[in-house]
Amino acid sequence: MSDIAERVKKIVIDHLGVDADKVVEGASFIDDLGADSLDTVELVMAFEEEFGVEIPDDAADSILTVGDAVKFIEKAQA
Amino acid sequence: MFDLTGRKALVTGATGGLGEEIARMLHAQGAIVGLHGTRVEKLEALAAELGERVHIFPANLSDRDEVKALGEKAEAELGGVDILVNNAGITKDGLFVRMSDADWDAVLEVNLTAVFRLTRELTHPMMRRRHGRIINITSVVGVTGNPGQANYCASKAGMIGFSKSLAQEIATRNVTVNCVAPGFIDSAMTGKLNDKQKEAILGAIPMKRMGAGADIAAAVLYLASNEAGYVTGQTIHVNGGMAMI
Repeated sequence: MSDIAERVKKIVIDHLGVDADKVVEGASFIDDLGADSLDTVELVMAFEEEFGVEIPDDAADSILTVGDAVKFIEKAQA
Repeated sequence: MFDLTGRKALVTGATGGLGEEIARMLHAQGAIVGLHGTRVEKLEALAAELGERVHIFPANLSDRDEVKALGEKAEAELGGVDILVNNAGITKDGLFVRMSDADWDAVLEVNLTAVFRLTRELTHPMMRRRHGRIINITSVVGVTGNPGQANYCASKAGMIGFSKSLAQEIATRNVTVNCVAPGFIDSAMTGKLNDKQKEAILGAIPMKRMGAGADIAAAVLYLASNEAGYVTGQTIHVNGGMAMI
């Protein structure tokens, strides 16, 4: 796993209080990890803070899985 | 009951009569209190009188950058704001047909937009901590209307709708959002009324007296307490019975 993926994973584990082995690339925040809509907003805000990137609302709407978040941040930082 | 030991509270408009009473009561129940106001000397005097557990935060709520800075500073200096009391408010009364844009804008800016901005700064940390109390001081006229106060009534009605929406959004995070709606309270705001106006007002109040700041502060204290943890999205009217809503 890349450094970004590790940091994303850590944020998700901390915020949602889920087991680390559940936080895989294809895991959906809402369907697999039990997040509600407010959690997803908070996660996006936490990603913004951690990585110093801005995630606009329409982009945030397309970030549904752990892998989506990693991909978005890798692209934003490239 | 209603013990606030260790809780950190920020009260806006704490140099006004009502805000001062609210700050005093929260402080008396053990809270660490942040006093916001525009007049530094008055803030310092109140802080000196209260003694320990007091911080002061001068800021002009008409200035959007200052509102944001106030939230950041209070959060940092108090070490997390548990209780936010949006009490600061202004009036620029006048009959609607003669109401200027400036008078409309000034009232909406301080009474509603500043509440939105300050609350936004402080809500997210409350959500993270899974605890918070947001208490907005509205007014009976925000529900009943009042001639000569279209701007003020709009701002206070807006505050109620704002509070209900936010209450629904963040209830799962154990952050409650409520309003307290004073009726006529003995304060600088009602001190400007003449005897004839006062007589007319008292005639409409079943209790035949104006409220005291402490009457309002007690309702704020309740909403701030752990005991009120299941109360959210509500408006508590404290008005001597003048409007039963």
